Amino acid sequence: MRREIPIAITFIVGTVFIIAYFIPHYPFNQFENWFNDWFAIVAAFAIWLGALNLLKISAIKIFLKKTDQLHAALIIISFLVMIFYGFYNGFSGIMANPPYSYRDPAPGINFSWLYDYVYSSLSATMFALLAFFVASASYRAFRARNFEATLLLVAGFLVMLGRVPVGDLITQWLPRDYQLSQLANWIMNILNTAGQRAIMIGIALGLVSTSLRIILGLERAYLGGD
Amino acid sequence: MKVKAFFLISAFVLSGFVSGFAQESAEPIPVENDSLTVAETPAPATDVVAKDTPNDAGGSITVTWDLSPDDTTKKIVTKYVVMRAEEGSDDFKEIGSQVAGKRSVTDNEVVDGVAYIYKVLATREILQDDAIIEVLSSPSEPVGPAKSTAQWFNMSRLNIFIGIIILCGAIIYYITAARGGKSFYIRKIAGIVEVENAVGRATEMGKAIYYVPGINDMDDVQTLASLTILGKVAEIAAQNDTRIDVPVSRSMVMVTAKEIVKESYSRAGRPEAHQDDQVRYLTDDQFGYAAAIDGLFVREKPATVFLIGAFFAESLIMAETGNSIGAIQIAGTAQPSQLPFFVAACDYTLIGEEMFAASAYLSREPKLLGSLKGQDLGKAVFLFAIVIGIILESFGIPVSNLFKVQ
Repeated sequence: MRREIPIAITFIVGTVFIIAYFIPHYPFNQFENWFNDWFAIVAAFAIWLGALNLLKISAIKIFLKKTDQLHAALIIISFLVMIFYGFYNGFSGIMANPPYSYRDPAPGINFSWLYDYVYSSLSATMFALLAFFVASASYRAFRARNFEATLLLVAGFLVMLGRVPVGDLITQWLPRDYQLSQLANWIMNILNTAGQRAIMIGIALGLVSTSLRIILGLERAYLGGD
Repeated sequence: MKVKAFFLISAFVLSGFVSGFAQESAEPIPVENDSLTVAETPAPATDVVAKDTPNDAGGSITVTWDLSPDDTTKKIVTKYVVMRAEEGSDDFKEIGSQVAGKRSVTDNEVVDGVAYIYKVLATREILQDDAIIEVLSSPSEPVGPAKSTAQWFNMSRLNIFIGIIILCGAIIYYITAARGGKSFYIRKIAGIVEVENAVGRATEMGKAIYYVPGINDMDDVQTLASLTILGKVAEIAAQNDTRIDVPVSRSMVMVTAKEIVKESYSRAGRPEAHQDDQVRYLTDDQFGYAAAIDGLFVREKPATVFLIGAFFAESLIMAETGNSIGAIQIAGTAQPSQLPFFVAACDYTLIGEEMFAASAYLSREPKLLGSLKGQDLGKAVFLFAIVIGIILESFGIPVSNLFKVQ
């Protein structure tokens, strides 16, 4: 029964969702909203499982004096500080007259300050690193080791040059349709789009096939076993 | 004298320019006071039709019309106002309006089964100093009665329905054939073939394997496909007595992945080797997760990294870090925009459908392989439809509307 009940639920819910896509009539048109609500409720409770798992593993690392115990301590401190300010500012806002949101900017260290000046800055820093990673990955990808890599190098060079004003400047003697910006657009809109669409069609078919295997109960590995 | 003449000519030219500009930019219709008395009432809209909005859940009537003959660039018509009354009543109320040049309004405030009458007012608003000083309108003939109803089948999705029937039919046919003992040839997928070698490398080096299942939750098929592959990878790792770590970014994925890894160790006959902290939650935050993964890679230097699932902007941050520590990396995603990053930074990449095929390929179970064969047949059918469509469209026979998805 440990396997049969989840498979039965998966079959019923999966079938209902497929049917609901083609039936606009009530209650089928509401299924997506209802299931999304249920999923959000389950996920909201499940977040505590994740949070407790994180605290437990970090605490064990500190207790066992593992090499990254400093990181573990930082995780616990950051977690507790954000939780404290979140609840403290949240309740203070509710009790105030007139009430205010814990997200509203206020003087001093508070949840909003931590979010804006610590969390957002750290996230932006990680995102900014992407520029350097793109450069190093491009360097490797564009090495002309074989015919395909050389094609990639040439296409990438033309697109990059066509995307900046100097591209048109050095080809201004050519007719407008043959200038680098137009060539870059042609590569992106025709060659690139054709390749992307081929991949998208494959992905869509793969999605249908995988979904069908899961709905029919043929694919059970996600339940923990064959 | 010359200066005076110059000013006179300049003033004349300037006034002509200003008056010309004022005429060109007259929108909407600033009218001189004298013209108010002779302002023209626009001709009404024609061929007004009110009918139930098709393919919806009811509660909606669509009103369409042909433009008034006065709806031209002269802007005698500035907008259309749609009025509604219940059948048998003359109490028409405005339910919506549309700017000049538009031909329809959808009334979403109706009750199913109640009959309504509609009329459309071709309207001219006369403005002065941005204030409406006069409204001239002419109503169309009332039309109706129209009733809204909910439909039991969305006909605009009939093409998808037929496509799904064909595809699912092909898949189920091949699954049934596989159950009957028929064997199928499935082409080699390098990324999947290399899974065992990649795990073996970690075993030889005495280092851990990291399996990152993406940043989406259990409601994403990519995550489900990734967790299915995780089961096979964890089983091979358990057989080789190699530790596999699964840092996740969603609590529900953590719960599922824990169960899968535990079962895999049991299947491999080594339940005692399983440790509870192999699957651990890091954070829901996208870049926080990327930072944590990078930190783990740099500190623990795993020999093998799997990046399989739904990835977004963090894909290259993780893949490049994995590359920098010299790990063999197998990636897979169905996000087309992230595939180039994985191809550039990883040793093997499962491109889109290959990721969905991986679990069937690894299990070698005939039923699952049959579904892959069905999928390939579906692909052939769609390819044939695309080629035929291109030929027909090239000869001026319009067929593209048959493939439109709404």
